[in-house]
Amino acid sequence: MSSQLSNMSDNGIKPIDIVKKNLAGRRWAEQRFRRMGLAAILASLFFLALLFFSIIGNGYSALLQTYLKIDVFFDPGKIAKNDPGNGDYPGIVKVSLQKMFPDVTGRRDKRQLYKLISSGAGFQLRKMVLADPTLIGHQQSIWVPADDDVDMLMKGHLSRQEDTQSGRFNRQQLQWLDRLEAEKRIKKKFNTIFFTSGDSREPELAGVLGAVAGSFFTLLVTLLLSFPIGVASAVYLEEFAPKNRWTDLIEVNINNLAAVPSIVFGLLGLAVFLNFFGLPRSAPLVGGLVLTLMTLPTIIIAGRAAIQAVPPSIRDAALGVGASKMQTIMHHVLPLAMPGMLTGAIIGMARALGETAPLLMIGMVAFIVDIPGGFTDPATVLPVQVYLWADSPERAFVERTSAATLVLLVFLFAMNGLAVYLRKRFERRW
Amino acid sequence: MISPTTVLFILLLLTGTAYYIGLRRSVAVAGGLEHVRKLHSRPPYYGAMTALWCGIPALVIFAFWQTFEADIITNLVVAGLPNEIRNLPADQINLIVNDIRNLAAGNIVSSQATQVIQEATSHYSRLQQTSHTALAVVAGCVCILVLVIVQHKISKTTRARNQVERIIFWLLVSCSIIAIFTTIGIVLSVLYEAIRFFKAVPVAEFLFGLKWSPQIAIRSDQVGASGAFGAVPVFTGTLLISAIAMAVATPIGLMSAIYMSEYANKTFRAVAKPLMEILAGIPTVVYGFFAALVVAPVIRDAGQWIGLDVSSESALAAGLVMGIMIIPFVSSLSDDMINAVPQGLRDGAYALGATKSETIKQVVLPAALPGIVGSILLAISRAIGETMIVVMAAGLTANLTLNPLKTVTTVTVQIVTLLVGDQEFDSPKTLAAFALGLLLFLVTLCLNIIALVVVRKYREQYE
Repeated sequence: MSSQLSNMSDNGIKPIDIVKKNLAGRRWAEQRFRRMGLAAILASLFFLALLFFSIIGNGYSALLQTYLKIDVFFDPGKIAKNDPGNGDYPGIVKVSLQKMFPDVTGRRDKRQLYKLISSGAGFQLRKMVLADPTLIGHQQSIWVPADDDVDMLMKGHLSRQEDTQSGRFNRQQLQWLDRLEAEKRIKKKFNTIFFTSGDSREPELAGVLGAVAGSFFTLLVTLLLSFPIGVASAVYLEEFAPKNRWTDLIEVNINNLAAVPSIVFGLLGLAVFLNFFGLPRSAPLVGGLVLTLMTLPTIIIAGRAAIQAVPPSIRDAALGVGASKMQTIMHHVLPLAMPGMLTGAIIGMARALGETAPLLMIGMVAFIVDIPGGFTDPATVLPVQVYLWADSPERAFVERTSAATLVLLVFLFAMNGLAVYLRKRFERRW
Repeated sequence: MISPTTVLFILLLLTGTAYYIGLRRSVAVAGGLEHVRKLHSRPPYYGAMTALWCGIPALVIFAFWQTFEADIITNLVVAGLPNEIRNLPADQINLIVNDIRNLAAGNIVSSQATQVIQEATSHYSRLQQTSHTALAVVAGCVCILVLVIVQHKISKTTRARNQVERIIFWLLVSCSIIAIFTTIGIVLSVLYEAIRFFKAVPVAEFLFGLKWSPQIAIRSDQVGASGAFGAVPVFTGTLLISAIAMAVATPIGLMSAIYMSEYANKTFRAVAKPLMEILAGIPTVVYGFFAALVVAPVIRDAGQWIGLDVSSESALAAGLVMGIMIIPFVSSLSDDMINAVPQGLRDGAYALGATKSETIKQVVLPAALPGIVGSILLAISRAIGETMIVVMAAGLTANLTLNPLKTVTTVTVQIVTLLVGDQEFDSPKTLAAFALGLLLFLVTLCLNIIALVVVRKYREQYE
C-alpha cells in the first residue's frame, strides 16, 4: 500500500489530488441529493395544500344559501280547516309567485317561474302553519330557499352567458331574477338547512344531519364493543399469555388483520351478519359490528404498547404488598396504561369514522331522508354521504359534497386533536 | 309490549341487585362491618361473584333467544299461512314474510295488505309478544334462582376473589380469541361463496379468461346472456393502477424519509412530520372525490392540450392520487427503518471521508434495504386493496390494456359494483364478487406475511 502511494507520488499524482479533483462533483452530488429530498417533502406538502385548497374552495360557499322573499297569503280555502297539516301548500307558493309577476301568463312561462323556487318552500309553509295556526288567512313576507340552479347562479358557479345557451336558464328567468334582485328580494343567508336536515334529491334541501347521526350511532356501537374487547385482549396478551404457539398465532393474526383491505371486512359483514344472522341491512348496528372487527387490531396494538410502557417496578411493588395478579393489573397497571389506550382508541375511532368501503357492502348506501334515531334504523354515514353526493350530476352537489367533506374533516381533526392532547397531558416518562 | 331492550334492562337491573345482595350477605355472614376481616375476600368480591353468576347465564340465554327467535317465529307464521301461499316458490314466500315483518314493525310495505297478510301479521305480532314475555320470564327466573343459590352458599370461607378472578381471566381469553374468529370468519364466508361461484364458472376460466362482463341478461336470448368471468383484465387494471401509485409513492416517500431522518433539523421535522401524518389520516373517500373533481379533469385537459386522447376516468388519475395517499405510508415506515440503522455504520463511512449522500446511498440504504422492501410490500398491499379512490376515479369497463390514459377497472371496483344495489344471492354475478374478494384477501395476506417476516428479521439484525 505504502509502496503504491509512493509510486503514485513519484508520478506526480498524489491521492489528495484525486480527492480534490472529484471534490467539486461530489459536493454537487451532495447538494443535488439533498435538494431531491427536500423536493420530495415539499411535493407531498404541495399535494396536501392542493387537496385542502380545492375542497375548501369548492365547499365554503355551501355555508350560504340563496333565499328569495315572497309575499304569501295563507289562503284558508287551500288548507283543511281542522287539519292544518293537510293543505295545498305548493299551490299557495305558486299563487304568491303569480301575484308577484302578474305579467306572466303562459303555462310554460309559469312553469319556468315556479322553477326559481325550491320545491321545499311548500314544506316550509306547512311547518310554519303547524307551529302557528293563526297564520291562516293572513299575509306575510317569507324568505324561502331558491332552487339550486338559481343558488349556483347567484354564487357565480354558473355563468349567465353559457348556461342560457345550454338551456339551463332562459332569458326570462334571468330577467325575473334581476327584478327580484332590484327589489332586494334575493339574499344569501347562512345555510341552516345543510346542518339540520337529512339527505334529499334536491341539493338546496339536502343536509348532513342524517349522516352525522348515522355516523354517531355507528361509532357508538364500535366504541362500546371495540374498546372493552381491545383492552381485554391487550391485557391478556401482555400480562397472562404464555409464550407458546397459540399466543404466537393470535399475534400474527392480529398483525395481519390490521393490514387486510377494509373491503374484505365488508364482505365478511355481508356474508355473516346480514345473510347468516339476518341482521337488518343499512343499520348502524351492523356497520358498528363491521367497524369493530376492523378497528380491534389498532386498539389491541396500541393497548399492548401502553401496557408495555408501564414499568415492571409498579407490578413488583403491588405484588410485594400482597396483591393478586388480577388486582395488580386492575388497580395499578390498567389505570396507568389508560391514557395510552384511550389515545389508541380515539385514533382507531377516527379511522373508523373515515371508512367507507365496508359500509357500502352492508347496504349503508341507501338513499335515506329520515334522520336515524336508533341502532337499527336505516342510516348512512358521513363518508358514504360524500360518496353518494359525489356521484350526483347537479352542479350544486359539488359544493355540498365539498362541504360534507369539510364537516367530516372537522370531526377527524377534533378527534385527532383530542388524542394528541391526551397524549401530551398524561404522557409520563418513568 | 315488552321489547328486547326492556328485557335487557331488567336483566341488568337484576344483576345490579345481585351485586348488592351478595355484598350485604357477605357482611351479614361475617357478623357486621367490623368483622369483615374474617371473610376470605373483601365484600365487593362477594358482590361481584354473585352478580357474575347471575348475569352471565341470563345474558347468554338472552343472546341465544335473540339469535333464534326470528327464525322460529317466521317458520311458525309460514306454517300458519294458507296452503296456496305456502306452495309458492321460496323467494316469493320470502317477499311475503318481509311484508309481514314490515307490517308488524309498522313500516310501509310494497304491496297492498290482503286479509291473509293482515291475519298473518297479527299472528306474527302475537308470537313475538309471547316470545318476548317468555324470554323475560325465563331469563329473569334463571337470574333469581342463581341469586338465591349463590347467596345461600356464601360463607366466611367462600373464595370469592379467586372465583371472580377466574371468570375475568376467561373473559380476557375469549376477547383475545375474537381476532382468530374474525380471520376464520373472513376465510370461511368468502371461501364458501367463492366455491359456489367456482361450481358455476371453472377456476381456470376465472383466472385466465380474457373477457370480463359480469352483467347477465335477464332473458336468455339477449346479448351477453351468459356473462363472462375471465378476470385477467381486472387483474391487469389493478396492477396498472397500483404500479402508477407505487411509481409516485416510492421515490417521493423514500426521499422524504431520507431527508426527514438524515438532513432535516429539529424545527423542520416538528412542522413537516405532523403535516405528512395529516396526509395519512385523510379518509380515502376524500381522496377519491379529489381525484374525480380536480385531478382527472386536469389530466384530461392536459392530454387534450398536447393532442392525446385521455379518458376522463383514466388509470393515471386514480393511480396518481392513490400514490399521494400512500406517500406517508412509505415514508413513515422507511423512516423507522433508516433510524434503526446504527449510528456506528454512518460514523465509519464519515471517517473514511464519504459525504453525507454517499454514506446514505452506499451504507445506510443497503443496510436498511430489507426493511424498506418490506415497507414497500406493505404499501403495495395497501394499493391493491384500496377501494374508494378507484371506485370514484377509475372506470367500470374491464379493458385489457396497459395504457395509463385509458379506463381500466380493478378488483375492488368490481366487488363494489357487483354487490351494491339489488342482488340475488344465487347468481354467479354476486358470487363473483366473493371470488374476487377471496383472491384479494389471499394476495394481500401473502404480501403482508412476507413483509412482516422481512421487517422482523431485519430488525433483529441490529438489536
